[in-house]
Amino acid sequence: MTTSGAPIGPTGEVTPPQRTRIVLAEVARQRGDRDRIRRELAEQTRVGEALVRGLVRAQLALAVRLSVVVAIGLGGLPLLFAVAPPVGTAKVFGINLPWLLLGVAAYPFLVGIGWIFVKLAERNEQDFAALVRQPDR
Amino acid sequence: MSAASNPYVLPAIIAVTLVTVAIGFYGLKLARTTSDLLVASRVVSPTWNAAAIGGEYLSAASFLGVAGLILKNGVDMLWYPVGFAAGYLALLLFVAAPLRRSGAFTLPDFCEARLRSRRLRKLATAFVIFIGWFYLVPQMQGAGLTLTALLGGPYEVGAVLVGTVVTANVALGGMRAITFVQAFQYWLKLTALAVPAVFLVLQWQADGRPPVTPPEGPTFRETTTVVIDHPATLTFADGTTREVRPGDALTFAAGDPVPEVSTVATTRGLDWLLPGGSGEGELGLFASYSLILATFLGTMGLPHVLVRFYTNPNGAAARRTTLGVLTLVGLFYLLPTLYGVLGRIYTPQLLMTGKSDAVVVLLPGAALGDGLTGQLLAALLAAGAFAAFLSTASGLLTSVAGVISTDVLGRGSVRDFRRATLIAGAVPIVLSLNVSGLDVSQVVGLAFAVAASGFCPLLVLGIWWRGLTDVGAAAGILAGGGAAVGAVLVTVLSPPLHGWPAVLVAQPAAWTVPLAFTVMIVTSLATRDRIPTNVGAIMLRLHAPDSLRL
Repeated sequence: MTTSGAPIGPTGEVTPPQRTRIVLAEVARQRGDRDRIRRELAEQTRVGEALVRGLVRAQLALAVRLSVVVAIGLGGLPLLFAVAPPVGTAKVFGINLPWLLLGVAAYPFLVGIGWIFVKLAERNEQDFAALVRQPDR
Repeated sequence: MSAASNPYVLPAIIAVTLVTVAIGFYGLKLARTTSDLLVASRVVSPTWNAAAIGGEYLSAASFLGVAGLILKNGVDMLWYPVGFAAGYLALLLFVAAPLRRSGAFTLPDFCEARLRSRRLRKLATAFVIFIGWFYLVPQMQGAGLTLTALLGGPYEVGAVLVGTVVTANVALGGMRAITFVQAFQYWLKLTALAVPAVFLVLQWQADGRPPVTPPEGPTFRETTTVVIDHPATLTFADGTTREVRPGDALTFAAGDPVPEVSTVATTRGLDWLLPGGSGEGELGLFASYSLILATFLGTMGLPHVLVRFYTNPNGAAARRTTLGVLTLVGLFYLLPTLYGVLGRIYTPQLLMTGKSDAVVVLLPGAALGDGLTGQLLAALLAAGAFAAFLSTASGLLTSVAGVISTDVLGRGSVRDFRRATLIAGAVPIVLSLNVSGLDVSQVVGLAFAVAASGFCPLLVLGIWWRGLTDVGAAAGILAGGGAAVGAVLVTVLSPPLHGWPAVLVAQPAAWTVPLAFTVMIVTSLATRDRIPTNVGAIMLRLHAPDSLRL
């Protein structure tokens, strides 16, 4: 595939820095089709842009999902205490439940969510990198 | 009761200061270029970086203020430390890796890289400087307060001392030195709270586990003399009242209940123990959620937090560093709660004087007596408190000076950076001498609200939404951040408010953050033709895995 054969995306009127484009295109020609998607990413072609949009959407969905978990798990507590006062007066190990939840349990909960995010976000990136490296699967 | 006779406090504070300066000078030998000064040449490993960020983040508000708030107002105040920690989760989920990949040094850099607008950059610079200075003032205040509580020295000396040490250290060593200093200070702060906590809990056991909330309310454990600072009305347990004037000395016998003082807002009995006690109904709920929003979303907008992320080698390392910080900060916040609760038993006179920020440093003397153990532990806590002021103030100063040197003075040469440090340090020192009536933790909470309203929408939308425009970003920052700044100024300058206006102004984030997001999105949609032409390339750069090096 030659440079002229590359599809002109919806942002075709856009001119990214000229020098970058030429260098990447030459590298891509030397390596052949294997780096087609990689070049398409850099050139903002329709395929490349769709790939990046997919990655951004996947990462954002992951972040939003986990923040909803935190919003319910932690953010729901003031409301819970307000609508169900018995929860606030309940005792565990002789300590009032709100003190245990906010003073102790909240921190491992936050770290756990963070750990899950790091794992899943890295997996999303590996999937994306694999897709780019092996376009002809 | 006075710890003024403690001979170990001053040597401990001097030792911490000397070690800070010594590590600073060790780093000076390595600091050769502007890049070294500003971002430690980006070669700091995630472990060091996480400890450094934690050390920088845990300020006077965390070390002293959280325990003081819990002492005064009880369980609702636990949202402060939870929020301070959760802010790092929000940072991790939405900002850390893309921000690092953006390759920008500071928040104004990010504005220019993402939206290509010099004017937006100037606006962001102004907000960074405001937040930085507003956050520096309570650090210096806290230093003055600690010195007064422990040594009886004048407040001004502590404030000026910390300000000068920090300014000189940052101007000479810059950030490479600071990375080592901050990492050292995280572990110092953790040790300084953890070791005395063990002794305090053992003492509480030995005393037969006195109840934290006795039915008759807080009581004095030993004969205590309280000297009145401000005219006020005391309300005693039997309902009688008494007017007191400054200079009055009241002596209470062991077992006497602690009277309520009209000028000091504290919560008593079940209101202290149970959630929702410190506000009335809807007001309290609104204040809780507003505080949660400010602390969860404000961390990512604090200038000294952001600048640290550029010291990571790549996006994945930035994520791992953030997770490390979350762990270290969470570990630390297990401790202040203990001090606040035990302070309720051993230092009830702070409920009368209102100087509850001093609970952490006064508790060992009060619980363990004036023996050697109590004095050594008090000295350790004083050292930790000083580490807290020094590290947070250094980090803030580095980032404010970095912004001033690159955006206000010139091109960001080493000489510009040093000149900027002097300017950036002088202003908060002068301010801290003139505002001594502010509550350390509340000031910090307001700084979080400004950061959450100004920079959180900019970062989140800038990283995840292609449609953001420079005009939209500026309008959002001005509307949300401006409203939060207004609320801050009203809180600091105006007479006390009551009811809804008081809550809306004291905890503004619940309305200023949504306002900022809405204005930013609506204005961006209205100015769609201004979307940067290279937005696709920028998105690729922010989100593509580091291994592809696109």
